[in-house]
Amino acid sequence: MNEELELEGPIAPPLANGELLFDAPWQGRVFGMARALADQGAITWDDFRVELIAVIGAWDAQSEDARVYHYYDRFLQALETLLVKRGMVAEGELRAQVDAIEARPHGHDH
Amino acid sequence: MAEHRPHPASTPQSIRAEAIEILLIERGLLSESVIDDVIVRFNERVGPMNGARVVVRAWTDPEFKTRLLADGSAAVAEYDFEGGQVDKLVVVENTEAVHNVVVCTLCSCYPWSLLGLPPRWYKDPAYRSRIVREPRAVLEEFGVSLAESTSVQVWDSSAEVRYLVLPQRPTSSIGLDEADLPALVTRDSMIGVALL
Repeated sequence: MNEELELEGPIAPPLANGELLFDAPWQGRVFGMARALADQGAITWDDFRVELIAVIGAWDAQSEDARVYHYYDRFLQALETLLVKRGMVAEGELRAQVDAIEARPHGHDH
Repeated sequence: MAEHRPHPASTPQSIRAEAIEILLIERGLLSESVIDDVIVRFNERVGPMNGARVVVRAWTDPEFKTRLLADGSAAVAEYDFEGGQVDKLVVVENTEAVHNVVVCTLCSCYPWSLLGLPPRWYKDPAYRSRIVREPRAVLEEFGVSLAESTSVQVWDSSAEVRYLVLPQRPTSSIGLDEADLPALVTRDSMIGVALL
């Protein structure tokens, strides 16, 4: 199991006192999903790294500000791209699932 | 678009993340608990608590302390910490005479199975070079003031040898319940840039 994280450089995650820093629960979820998929061999961490580097690189090229606060936006985008590429999730069904969540009444979205 | 938001806390990202999670679980690729476990593993189980438990045991069990200082890797192996394959762990004890501090001048070697993820500054080139040249000045910046009579020993980690500082037990902790002691042991104290 790969426990190593890259703690500096372009794809390092935001940390506080050495702990991973999540500003919202969904950020922890996407981090957990990517690591768990890699642990189970459904994706490789290297493949995910490549996507993350590409997404962060493209974003850095247009914006310098507040990377720390948007790190998991890029992380999510990289995961989504890789899953679609690998055929593990189809874009259409993802869109449908997003619509279904948005259509849920209040109180059912936790 | 605001009226489409199912909840004030929901954002486009949180919804997309949830959608992906639902689909992956439907596929049988993941389960909620597997995802939870990863987060827990990174934030808690592989954290400074492992180091703190070792330190507290050394404070309270003289025989363990002797073994720990004689052969850190062997003593820590008893715990079977997750990902704890530290080739050689050397535990260095702080006393009135000597204060120990750890660095990795070449890169960022760190006993992470004991201490979790290293703090940002541990990889900072300024820390890595200055702690060797002027340890007292750097320690002052961390808020550590040592007596003139206390000498400072800097330990340079490598891929082969990792160091853990055994901090002095604070006198204020005498009489505390043993179960409450690990919470007193900070990550920084086990790197040697804080006193307890």
